[in-house]
Amino acid sequence: MTLEDKQQEIIQEFEMFDDWMAKYEYIIDLGKELPLIDKNKKTNDRLIRGCQSNVWLDSTVVDGKLIFTADADAIITKGIIGLLIRVLSNETPESVAKADLHFINTIGLHEHLSPTRANGLLSMVQKMKMTALLNLDKA
Amino acid sequence: MTEGTKKPFIVREIRQQFPALRQLIYNKNLIYFDNGATSQKPQVVLDAINMYYSKDNANIHRGVHFMSQQATTEYEKARVTIQNYIHAKKSEEIIFTKGTTDGINLVAFSYGELLSAGDEILITAMEHHSNIVPWQMLCQRKNLVLRVAPINKKGELIIEEFDKLLNSKTKLVAVTHISNTLGTINPVKELAAKAHAVGAKILVDGAQSIQHMSIDVVDMDCDFFVFSGHKVFGPTGIGVLYGKEALLDKMPPYQGGGDMISRVTFEHTTYNELPFKFEAGTPHIAGGICLGKAFEFLSELDMDAVQKYEKELADYAQDMLDTFEGLDIIGEAKKKTSVVSFVVEGIHPFDIGTLLDKQGIAVRTGHHCTQPLMDFFQIPGTVRASFAFYNTREEVDIFIAAVEKSINMLK
Ligand SMILES: Cc1ncc(COP(=O)(O)O)c(C=O)c1O
Repeated sequence: MTLEDKQQEIIQEFEMFDDWMAKYEYIIDLGKELPLIDKNKKTNDRLIRGCQSNVWLDSTVVDGKLIFTADADAIITKGIIGLLIRVLSNETPESVAKADLHFINTIGLHEHLSPTRANGLLSMVQKMKMTALLNLDKA
Repeated sequence: MTEGTKKPFIVREIRQQFPALRQLIYNKNLIYFDNGATSQKPQVVLDAINMYYSKDNANIHRGVHFMSQQATTEYEKARVTIQNYIHAKKSEEIIFTKGTTDGINLVAFSYGELLSAGDEILITAMEHHSNIVPWQMLCQRKNLVLRVAPINKKGELIIEEFDKLLNSKTKLVAVTHISNTLGTINPVKELAAKAHAVGAKILVDGAQSIQHMSIDVVDMDCDFFVFSGHKVFGPTGIGVLYGKEALLDKMPPYQGGGDMISRVTFEHTTYNELPFKFEAGTPHIAGGICLGKAFEFLSELDMDAVQKYEKELADYAQDMLDTFEGLDIIGEAKKKTSVVSFVVEGIHPFDIGTLLDKQGIAVRTGHHCTQPLMDFFQIPGTVRASFAFYNTREEVDIFIAAVEKSINMLK
């Protein structure tokens, strides 16, 4: 499945929900399911401080692909992280660096990635892209 | 306006004057419980903004022409309205600023110039960042000492500890009238007397009190009183610093420029009189005029009835929230008003805030610019509902149901 396929899949999943609360119910469930980052990896150098919530992000390269794990102290943030990781993890650094995360807009969650939200998500995506750029030669 | 002419307080009628309250958010009727952050504006203020820019727009204090004089008259009339509202003795004691933060910085800089190494500033543990950081900066600049009077777990200032920290070296007490995070009402009149007894001045941060109760700066006997226009139904970008005339007279100007001067040569400049000495440059003219309108609007209200109503609303919300399992009210001062802050065990405030938003309810979550206070309670933040007189019991009922729903989703 390509990165774009994954985005389309998420968009389809969200089409089922006809109101905000149902959408958020789903995101919260995703947040509860998200595999936690290894406890010993919840260190300050992996912490992305937002004004509203904090995010921890870890990345490794396995067989030329980027693997992201993450956690957040707020469950909605965590659920959205789950979506972002589903799309961006297990992809080559090149596809991550180039990725246009349009699904966030389509499913109506762009506000969470706006600078004004200050929940750490925007910085997290930026950090994921930066990691990808730094690992371009590892693919 | 005399007491006798005040209109009876009828919330339904009040609401009609605030167009922003009549809107759908995500297809739900807006419930606006973020009044601590900023208030909505009544029609008279909106009309005045429109009127000013469509008709009266001109620079003030410097024009020979009709419009300039008209604008100047309106601007100065607003100053007098505000003077009367807070019962200041003279309109010269009303300095227009950009807001609370600006007013505090003005005092920190200007009054700060009169202080010397070793002098002490006393604040409390419940201050907003804007009543902490300017003092820290001043302390660094002039080698002063910042002292912090602690609070108890209910969120009340511990008076005995305050007394111990107050001494002959204390030159200024800077204290919030009402805590934006906890709703605690501080006994500012009593604190003013204590400060004066050791020869200190007192600055009262009125950002959260001016819109909720009647204010009498002379009775309170504070030396400075600051507030923001936008929290008291006026525009953003305008605020007021009240200061006692004798003290303001002694203080050097804060910023230099036009309007604040009397005579400028390259060798020497003499400064203008109060209040202009502290109002350098073209001010926020529309802001000042429209803030005056907001106070005219408030003058027609019976503020005691308003205060009583808001307190009942907040108490009602708090009592209902208190019945939820795992929910903790943050700030349980005996004297408290208009604000209910809470946390729920195992649930991040941001999550509750996000779900409330999707149900059309505006609250604030986070540290509310009071990080040291959050550290004291050892929490990352709270959900804060803050009320104004245009809020209703029905809104509180919807809010309570929405909080319950949110908690159930997040558990
Ligand atoms: C108690 C208190 N002080 C100061 C401020 C700062 O006000 P402004 O940002 O309007 O300058 C606020 C606003 O949140 C406040 O609640």
